[in-house]
Amino acid sequence: MWDYSEKVMEHFFNPKNMGVLEDANAVGMIGSIVCGDALKLFLKVDENNKILDASFQTFGCGSAIASSSMLTEMVKGKTLDEALSITNEDIAKALGGLPAEKMHCSVMGREALEAAIKTYRGEKVQEKEEDESRLVCRCFGVSENKIRKNIIENRLKTIQDVINYTKAGGGCTSCHTDIQDILNDVWKKDLSQEKEMKPSAEPKEKSIPLTNIQKIMKIQQVIEEDIKPALVVDGGSLELVDVEGNTVKVKMHGACSSCPSSSFTIKTFVQRILKEKVLPELEVVEVK
Amino acid sequence: METKIIYVDNNATTKVAPEVVSAMMPFLHKFYGNPSSMHFFGGEVSRHVERAREQVASLMGCDTSEIVFTSCGTESDNTAIIGTLEALSNNRKHIVTSIVEHPAVKNTMAYLSKKGYRVTELGVDRQGLLDMNALKEAITEETALVSIMYANNETGVIFPMEEIGKIAKEKGAIFHVDAVQAVGKIPLNMQSSTIDLLSFSGHKLHAPKGIGGLYIRKGTRMRPYLIGGHQERGRRGGTEAVPNIVAIGCACELAAKNISEENTQVKAKRDRMENWILQNIPDTILNGHKENRLPNTSNIGFEYIEGEAILLLLSKAGICASSGSACSSGSLEPSHVLRAMQIPFTSIHGSIRFSLSRYTTDEEIDYIIEKLPGIIQKLRTISPFRKGNMPSL
Repeated sequence: MWDYSEKVMEHFFNPKNMGVLEDANAVGMIGSIVCGDALKLFLKVDENNKILDASFQTFGCGSAIASSSMLTEMVKGKTLDEALSITNEDIAKALGGLPAEKMHCSVMGREALEAAIKTYRGEKVQEKEEDESRLVCRCFGVSENKIRKNIIENRLKTIQDVINYTKAGGGCTSCHTDIQDILNDVWKKDLSQEKEMKPSAEPKEKSIPLTNIQKIMKIQQVIEEDIKPALVVDGGSLELVDVEGNTVKVKMHGACSSCPSSSFTIKTFVQRILKEKVLPELEVVEVK
Repeated sequence: METKIIYVDNNATTKVAPEVVSAMMPFLHKFYGNPSSMHFFGGEVSRHVERAREQVASLMGCDTSEIVFTSCGTESDNTAIIGTLEALSNNRKHIVTSIVEHPAVKNTMAYLSKKGYRVTELGVDRQGLLDMNALKEAITEETALVSIMYANNETGVIFPMEEIGKIAKEKGAIFHVDAVQAVGKIPLNMQSSTIDLLSFSGHKLHAPKGIGGLYIRKGTRMRPYLIGGHQERGRRGGTEAVPNIVAIGCACELAAKNISEENTQVKAKRDRMENWILQNIPDTILNGHKENRLPNTSNIGFEYIEGEAILLLLSKAGICASSGSACSSGSLEPSHVLRAMQIPFTSIHGSIRFSLSRYTTDEEIDYIIEKLPGIIQKLRTISPFRKGNMPSL
């Protein structure tokens, strides 16, 4: 038997807001009877985009019914934007947690909510067949987009995680290699993005040498656009005097000229920005 | 825990019969000797083990030397299948089985196919019956082993053992039968049977968990699966689980004594419950052949609702049943048995198995009949699906 929390059992035995909401003006339906669970969410939204009332119909197990019931309680009184900020994890948390294998029930809640709000706003709801990404899991009709979205939102790391949250891969298992590829792709991309954050500080033109005139123009541009505005805040300014090779000669004006820490400013701020944006080899010196 | 317990999940496990408890208790309290010991204290215990073997053999209609005690049905299945294949005197590498076997057989087959065996899984029809023509075609002179269950645990559907055995024998294949659900419910006579090996389990016939057995026809070559001492004539090492062996002996004797009378009674109760449900609750479907079935099992599909939800509400009312639905098992797909039968998608997720026993009373059947409609009605109110509003698929 599943280890359901008391909250889950409470919402299963005595579901709140079940049945059709007659004057609903936003309805979202997710899942199908073939897959084993489906949720139809009804919302009544007022002219200020506030959800006045909500109800549900669910075909599914105990935790699917409990998740639906909890979702309707959570969205009532919220604006559409506020409601959209509810994640599947929020639904699971409100229920005192769900068994890992049942997390897809909370995902279904979140998806039905999105579908209902999109319908209300006149946006296109991505039906499975309209989802342009490729169908990965044929047993449960789960697209690559849905799998990617859940991997990122719920930080899923293994095929079993993906099964628990999306059902993808829970049938014939023939798509497991595809799911692993997607997992590898998402997390590799994420890692490389982190790496790129630092390397990207280096100028992209690194490999293409600048001509002297290009270098001077670029330095002048960065001083005008990035450095001066920052110094102005402190009542100071700066002027480009000359460029000799990779040595940039600058003269400080205003508050900066008399500032005891002006050489510090030059080294830590001006030089750093110019190195980042123009050429890493640059050295900045102050001329009086 | 509810105080009221209406237990209709006897294909999962059964209540230990009070007679069985009494029979086994002295072997926990007093007679703790090892049957292999030379002294009188062990010898006395040994006599009770052999007495239990007689009781089992008597239910099976076989010789005592053909019964080996194991720890469970799964061990019996593993021993029968792997033990005989390892002792094979020919080079046959083909196995025929059915698609609806219990995991104890099904997963052993998956293991063997990785080991280089060719496994043919026979399909079933909408009623859960085996395709006998396919079976005839599948079994050839290359077939080493045919392993088919006697009766299916989920639907109770019975397969024609002797017909299958005859085909297997004609081609010189060994015939193993997983009879875990059948022993104690279907009269057996192994002497006049074509079955070579037959697995059974104690806790399905009112003995405790932790005891099983295997019938091995005289002359069947087999390597011991549990390698160890000389116990069970060297066919299964390990000190005998004496209290459990005494228990299964007693349970078999009880079953043999009452098999026909009990089955008539159990069947009458099962039929009353089943007919009432099918006639009074709309959109219900019987899963499995109506006649060709164990007398205690009823698998009913409730359309447009999901099985785990039904089980939880039944459980709240004190009724213990089980479901082949995906959600209740922890997998995401409904049971392999119901899928193999191509049960319609409207009811496959809402299929519930009720399995009765000699201890099921008429009052309990009345109680189930009283509670069930409200539960089904409640879930159908919650469900977005109903007859006529099904989305096109």
